[in-house]
Amino acid sequence: MTAARIEARGWGWRHGGRLAWAVDGLDLVVEPGERVLLLGASGSGKSTLLAALAGVLGDDQGEARGELLIDGRRPAPGRAGFVLQDPESQVILPRVADDVAFGPENLGVPIEEIRRRVPAALAEVGLAVPGDASATALSGGQKQRLALAGVLAMAPGLVLLDEPTANLDPEGVEEVRDAVARGVAASGATLVVVEHRVATWQDAVDRVVVLGREGVLADGPSRAVLAAHGPALAAAGVWVPGLSPVVPVPAAPGEGLIRAEGLVVGRGRPVARIGDLGLDGGRLTAVVGPNGAGKTTLGLTLGGLLPPVSGRVGPTAALAAGLRGEPERWRSRDLLTRIAVVFQSPQHQFLTGTVREELGVGLRALKVPEARRRARVDDLLDRLGLAPLAEANPFTLSGGQQRRLSVGSALAAAPRLVVLDEPTFGQDATTWAALVRLLADVVADGTGVLAVTHDPLLAAAAHRVVPVGRAAEVSA
Amino acid sequence: MTRVAAVNPLTAIGVVLLIDLVLLLSLDAVTATAAVVLVALFAPLARVPLGRLAPRTAAVAVASVLVALTVLLYGRESGTVHLRIGLVAVSDGSIALAIATGLRLLAVALPAVVLLTDLDATRLADALGQRLHLPDRFVLAGLAGVRLFEVLGEDWRTIALARRARGVGDRGRVRRLPGQAFALLVVALRRAVALATAMEARGLGAPGPRTWSRPSRFGRPDLAVLLAGLVVAGGAVAAGLIAGTYRFVLLQ
Repeated sequence: MTAARIEARGWGWRHGGRLAWAVDGLDLVVEPGERVLLLGASGSGKSTLLAALAGVLGDDQGEARGELLIDGRRPAPGRAGFVLQDPESQVILPRVADDVAFGPENLGVPIEEIRRRVPAALAEVGLAVPGDASATALSGGQKQRLALAGVLAMAPGLVLLDEPTANLDPEGVEEVRDAVARGVAASGATLVVVEHRVATWQDAVDRVVVLGREGVLADGPSRAVLAAHGPALAAAGVWVPGLSPVVPVPAAPGEGLIRAEGLVVGRGRPVARIGDLGLDGGRLTAVVGPNGAGKTTLGLTLGGLLPPVSGRVGPTAALAAGLRGEPERWRSRDLLTRIAVVFQSPQHQFLTGTVREELGVGLRALKVPEARRRARVDDLLDRLGLAPLAEANPFTLSGGQQRRLSVGSALAAAPRLVVLDEPTFGQDATTWAALVRLLADVVADGTGVLAVTHDPLLAAAAHRVVPVGRAAEVSA
Repeated sequence: MTRVAAVNPLTAIGVVLLIDLVLLLSLDAVTATAAVVLVALFAPLARVPLGRLAPRTAAVAVASVLVALTVLLYGRESGTVHLRIGLVAVSDGSIALAIATGLRLLAVALPAVVLLTDLDATRLADALGQRLHLPDRFVLAGLAGVRLFEVLGEDWRTIALARRARGVGDRGRVRRLPGQAFALLVVALRRAVALATAMEARGLGAPGPRTWSRPSRFGRPDLAVLLAGLVVAGGAVAAGLIAGTYRFVLLQ
C-alpha cells in the first residue's frame, strides 16, 4: 500500500432530481500522507465529496462534472476506506474477526494475508476482544473502532471518515480519535475527516480545508485557518474551539412534578439504581453517564412509558391533574398534556406525511377544535423556524430540522414535563443554539425539562445534573 | 462446541430435507414412530446440550399433541364412532389418523431440532458461496440482512413506546398494527440503505474474485451425519414395509 493522492479539478456533483449543485468548481489537491480535516456549513457538500471519493456515489444517483481522481484514476468502491457516522449500520457480520475480514475478502486478498491483517488491525484500533465476540454487543465507540479496523485491514491508501464520532459519548469520541491517529500513523495512509467538532480533531490533522458551495473557502494549517476564519466558521455552524454558542437557560418558578422514591429502572431486569429523585417545573435537569448505564431507560420510566423495576415514580397532584396511580398506568392520551417524551431518533416518532400535520397529531388526539389547533400549530411553526417547510414530508428534513420538529410536536399539547433523549445529538453549532433556545423558552413557561445527554455544554446549562452509572448518586 | 456445529450447514439442511421428504411421502404411524425412535437414538451423538434441546423438543411435542387432538375431534369419520357431540366425532378412523398425524409432525420436526439448532448464519453463507457457488452479493446481502432483523425487533419496541408518547397508543393492538408496521418499514428501509452503502464502501462488488477467508469444507462429521440420515430415512421406511402399514402418499 502507498498513500494516495487526491486531485479535484473543477469537480461538481448534483444529486438526481435537484437543480442546485451540492458541490461545484472544486479545485483541491491532497498530497500522499496528508491528514486533512474538512469543514464547512451544513449543506456545503462535505459528505458528498467524501462519498464520491469512497466510490459509493453511483452514476444513477446524480450527475458529475469536472474531474475527481485518486492516484490519477476515478474512485471505485474499495479503493479508499470509508467510515460513516452511524455505528449501528456499519457492523456487517455478526462476529468481530469476520467483520474485519469482510473488506479484504471482497478485495481478493489471499487467505494467509487476511489472517495476518485481522489481528493487526484490531490491535491498531485498541479493540481487545476475542475474534469470535459478538459485534452486535459492542458499545457505540467499540463499533466505530471495529469499522475502522475493517477499513485498515483493507490497507487502503486513503482513509475517509464522515463524522465518525458524532453519535458517541465523550469517552467513545476520544477512543475513536486516538484509534484513527494510531492506525493512520502506522500505515501512513492519506486521511480526510469530516467533523463539526474541531477541538477533537485539530491535533490529529495537519491541514484544514473549509468547503463552500463554490469550492474551497480556506485552506492551510489548522491553527492558521482557525485564527483567520474562526468567527465565520462558527457563524456557519462549525464548532470552533473558544467560540461555542452560549445560550442561558434561566430557571423559572414552577411546581413540583415528580417525587420518585427508591427508584430502580430497567427493562425487566434492573439496569440502574436511581434512589430518590425529584423533578420540578421551570428547571432543566440533565441526566448524564456512560453509554449503557441506563440513562434512556430512566427517561422512559419517568416519562410513563416503562414500569419501574422497583420503587415508585410518584407524580405530584400538579402533574397528575386528577389522575390516579403512576404515569405508566395512564392512558396514552392522558400523557399528552402531562408528560411528553422525545426519542433519540426522531424517525421512530413521526406519524404523518407533513410537518404541519405532525405538529397537530397530539391536539387532534385531544379533540382540540380546528381553529385553535391551527393557531397553535402556526405559532409552533414560527418558533421552530419550520414555517417554510410546513407542507414538507418530515422524513425529507435535515437531521437538525427533524429534531426540532420532534421537540415541537411534543410541546404542542403543552405538557407539564418534557423528557428528551439526546436532544442535541449530531447538531452543528447553529442548530444546537436554536434547540437550546427552544428549551429555554419551555423552561421559562414553568415546564419541567429532563434531558438525557452526553453533551457537556447542555449539561453545563442545566440547573441540576443527575449522574447515572455504576456508582449512581443523585446530586442536588 | 457441540459436535453438530462441526457439520457443514449444507449437510445438516440436506439431511433434514432428506428425512422430511421420506416422511412426507408416507402416511402411516409405524414409519413415523420408527423415525422418531431412530432420531432419538442418534441425537445424543450430536452432543447438543439438553438445556437447548429440551425446550425446542417440548414445543414440537406440544404442537404435535394439539394437531393430533384437532384431527381426533374433527378428522374423517370411519369405523366405530365412540363419541359424538355436534360436529365432533371420535371414531376408529379419526383415532388412527390423529396418532399418525401427531407422530408425523414430531418425526418431521425432530431432525431439524437436532441438526439445525446451532445453525450459524455466517457458516451457512460461507457454504452457499463456496460450495453451491451462489452469487457473492446475494449471499452476503442475505447474511447482513439476518443481522438487521435483530435490530428491527428493538425498533419495533421503540416505535410502540414512541406512539404511546405521541398520544396514539390507546387504540387496540390490532387497530394500531398497520400504522406501526408502516413506521417499521420506513425505518427498516433506511437501515437497509445505510447498510448497503457500508458494504459497498468495504469493497463488496469490487472487480476480481473474492476470497473466502473461512473455507467451507465437507469432512468426517458430514459423512457421519449423512449416514445417520440415511439410516433414519431407510430404517423408517423399512419398518413401515415390514409392518405392512407403509402407504406411499402418491399412490393414494
